[in-house]
Amino acid sequence: MIYILPIILFLIALFGIVVKRNLIKIIISISIMEYAIFLFFALIGYRVEGVPPIEVEGVRYVKFVDPLPQALVLTAIVIGLATTALLVAIAVRIYQKYGTFDIEKMRKLKG
Amino acid sequence: MNILPLFIALPLLGAFVLSLAKAKRTGDILANLINLCLLVLSFMLLRYGTLVYKIGGWEPVNGIPIGIYWVKDGFSTLMLIIVNLVALMATIFSINYMEKFTVKNKYYCLFLLMLAGMNGVILSGDMFNLFVFLEVAAISSYSLVAFGTEAEELEAAFKYQVMGTVASGFILFGIALLYSYTGTLNMADMARVIGAKSLRLPIFVSGLFIMGFGMKSAIMPFHAWLPDAHPSAPAPISAMLSGVLIKVLGIYALVRIMYNIFGMTPVLSNVLMVLGILSIMVGGVLAIGQEDFKRLLAYSSISQIGYIILGFGLGTPLGILGGLFHLLNHSVFKSLLFLNSGAVVYATGTRDLRRMGGLNKKMPVTGGSSFIASMSVAGVPPFSGFWSKLVIILACIFANRIGFAIWAVIGSIITLAYYMKLQKEAFFGSLKEEWKKIKEVPGFMRLSMILLAVLCLTMGLLLVPQIKDVILTPAVEVLKNGIEYGKLIL
Repeated sequence: MIYILPIILFLIALFGIVVKRNLIKIIISISIMEYAIFLFFALIGYRVEGVPPIEVEGVRYVKFVDPLPQALVLTAIVIGLATTALLVAIAVRIYQKYGTFDIEKMRKLKG
Repeated sequence: MNILPLFIALPLLGAFVLSLAKAKRTGDILANLINLCLLVLSFMLLRYGTLVYKIGGWEPVNGIPIGIYWVKDGFSTLMLIIVNLVALMATIFSINYMEKFTVKNKYYCLFLLMLAGMNGVILSGDMFNLFVFLEVAAISSYSLVAFGTEAEELEAAFKYQVMGTVASGFILFGIALLYSYTGTLNMADMARVIGAKSLRLPIFVSGLFIMGFGMKSAIMPFHAWLPDAHPSAPAPISAMLSGVLIKVLGIYALVRIMYNIFGMTPVLSNVLMVLGILSIMVGGVLAIGQEDFKRLLAYSSISQIGYIILGFGLGTPLGILGGLFHLLNHSVFKSLLFLNSGAVVYATGTRDLRRMGGLNKKMPVTGGSSFIASMSVAGVPPFSGFWSKLVIILACIFANRIGFAIWAVIGSIITLAYYMKLQKEAFFGSLKEEWKKIKEVPGFMRLSMILLAVLCLTMGLLLVPQIKDVILTPAVEVLKNGIEYGKLIL
């Protein structure tokens, strides 16, 4: 049932992206969406009462936490950083052109 | 020696060197040289069957792959050839076209990064690795759309990036779910696990992938970003985006996952076909009303992507063949048309069709090649587009989907209508007073347009059995095998 939580977070972020009219708020919503997915990834690897996957001499563990999703999340966070940085850079340039972050006021493009 | 890593290493190396280079001509020489090497290498791949490269030499343990695999089979060879071909033409065109921009080396740097990302997506045999390369290609394409840094371009880039990032979010979510169901990330191993346990994946997973890759390839309900983003980029980049990027990031990945990992089911097939027809009709109808040269081409891309999806959605060998063949043809003629639009902008400085007219008299090469490309898209008999549309429509009829065939024919007529309009308004008729002094574009731009026009005329020959067996048949075989893919790789 815990898996419902990241999905709720994901939907909140999606709502933010669709409804918000401010560029910065859209960027924040995108970040929230990425975090929801990262959280979901981390939860997949989690095992109840699992231990870190490190072999210790003479001890037999039966239940390891899956380390792979954690490695994937690290990579995905780096990608997310690049995405956010580029979005913010574009938003700054747009602000210089229009003097506002409000997407209602930018109408160079139609449709 | 295994040549697969070169497809990613060469452009990455070029991008690295170019980000540091100071001399003005470095970009022109290095980028063209690298793209030429890549094109030659991708033709060399035709000699091999299936190649597997294990990164870092990690051998499988107990038959379970633990490292990242790069896999080359018939389908990837076909995609590599077309991607590197269009990339080479675009860089030849850029030599003259990009003169008006200030930082040419940075442009080539981003271009090569995008190419590395696309080659990576095609070669990757690992779900997460595919996602990483997809993001490399996507992020460099976002910044290339904003390359002119005018208000309109920045706005288009922002819109494109928001849509693209949401799409990547859906894809990553889908990958997370797939991993939790199968316990592996290797695509071949996934196919094997799904086949062996006859695992029934929830429809939710397929839905996430269709939404994610559908947004990347601008299939009908997710198409809103494409008519803004593609016209805003510099012309060679528009050619790359419309010509190959949406196909590699969207269609190639979607088809690979649907066919080789999930296995096609009747439900998926129907969903894809309906989406295809919707794209054909909506893209076509919206294109008729456009007065902006590049916007018209962008809507036409949505419409033609519909044909490709329709072909793949059919799922019969003939349908797959038609889809693949139309994918190849569309890459060639749509990139040619975008280069033509670039040439017109270079000479006249406008994209507005209402202000043009009679350009044929001043720009015979641009006018002639765009006529060939237009007739090819519209599906007029001797040109390449006719053969691929014919194969798709015949496949619909043989699969007893007469309704879909009729819609496809209507779509084709609409295509003819708006390309006739484009030709009439821009290139035929009497020359306007303002354009009396314009000249034909410089040599390199002409060269790439002529080469692509020749390809448009000759691509129909790919259906000749001897040539078909070398290029198209291996790709069809890969998709026809479905989830047997897993056993062939491991």
